[in-house]
Amino acid sequence: MNFPRQVLVIAIKDLRAEIRTKEAINASFAFALVVLLLFSFAFDPEAETTREISGGLLWIVFAFAGTLVLNRSFARELPNDCLDALIAAPISGAALFLGKALANYVLVMAMEVVSLPVFCIFNNVGGPVSQKIWPILMVMALGTWGLTVIGTIFSALTVNIRLREVMLPMLTYPILVPALMAAMLLTKGLVLGQPLTGDSLTWLKMLIGFDLIYTAVSLALVEIVLVG
Amino acid sequence: MSAVAIEGVWKFYGDYPALRDVRLEAEPGACLALIGRNGAGKTTLLRIVAGFSRPGRGKVKIFGTEPRETETRRRMGFIGHGISVYDELSAFENLTLFGKLYGLPDPRKSALEWLERTGLERVRNGLVREFSRGMRQRLAVARAFLHEPSLLLLDEPFTALDDRAIAVLQRLLREALAAGKTIVMSTHQLREALDLASHVALLSRGQVAFHGPRTPEMVADPGYVYARYGDSG
Repeated sequence: MNFPRQVLVIAIKDLRAEIRTKEAINASFAFALVVLLLFSFAFDPEAETTREISGGLLWIVFAFAGTLVLNRSFARELPNDCLDALIAAPISGAALFLGKALANYVLVMAMEVVSLPVFCIFNNVGGPVSQKIWPILMVMALGTWGLTVIGTIFSALTVNIRLREVMLPMLTYPILVPALMAAMLLTKGLVLGQPLTGDSLTWLKMLIGFDLIYTAVSLALVEIVLVG
Repeated sequence: MSAVAIEGVWKFYGDYPALRDVRLEAEPGACLALIGRNGAGKTTLLRIVAGFSRPGRGKVKIFGTEPRETETRRRMGFIGHGISVYDELSAFENLTLFGKLYGLPDPRKSALEWLERTGLERVRNGLVREFSRGMRQRLAVARAFLHEPSLLLLDEPFTALDDRAIAVLQRLLREALAAGKTIVMSTHQLREALDLASHVALLSRGQVAFHGPRTPEMVADPGYVYARYGDSG
């Protein structure tokens, strides 16, 4: 079986298991919606300042709710020692990692796609967001890949730690700072109606670079993370 | 060429040496029973042989290759302490998944065949979380044998098995040995293990205290190895 098919088999397995249990996605959706609701009470939806901080608000929700999905990624393999069976299988660690990252990406993106309209309604930014929907979706896609890659590799690293639910955010957020900064500033600019030029383009390139570098580093290190 | 060659393997947990200069070999077609008290290092050794962890020192060769090589893994089957199948998937989905990961030409056909051989064909579409303990164990056996491995690594395979699962496993292991496959198993169930084993290795505090062919004395008295070669711990 070739590499892409191995990746797909792992991703489909994870998605199928998650769709049946809904243990990560339910928690993630509920968390995102509650935080968005609370933010809407904290900030005046009519105020200009709300638009200016909208990118930050949105990505705080995505990062925290996304971690709930990522926490389950390798933890799902612990019951019945399923991780042993995957490590024993004749597939590379890179295929296993990419398969899991792909499944996580789909789940986190699903949470984000549901959260975005809710965010628009609660913060009264439906108009600007709909005008820039494709660039905003592109930023979401790039930022989410960075979040997913870092979350998935650290999920593998912390899988055997008793306090992994605490350790994962502690390890991932500091590394995610550049990607989150870029995604927040890009989203803010787009909500304010600014085009993707100048500084925004630099942040976009940084976000793409972040994704490429951390994907390559994760693929190179995953075998060591899994086997030692 | 040996099926399994363990050459001077050490494994440390912190400063504690869980394995100390372990040297063992298993020829193709042999059945090596690894025995020893709890904490002797049997599981640690099997996990290194299976490629789940790396030795601190020394090396392991499987049919002359490294355990982590893709082709080597294709030739190995492992049953550990857990059943290594997914509760959220059906029996058929589990076996098809592993059939695909092992690159079998027709994973669905192989899955159906092994469900039948382990007596699970009637519950093929049932989720594993709804299975009884015995059914789960038989599915674990089917998963390990699915890709017809040349080397079977079994970590206490008879522990907590029901009568039917023991019978299924013993039959499959005899068939595997008859087909020239190699088995390395760690066990506390000496009678069942010595019934199958061609060779015995006694591990004591991380070291090999005895390694040799099974003798009639061992079959007559399963405690003979412990008594003769000492393992008071």
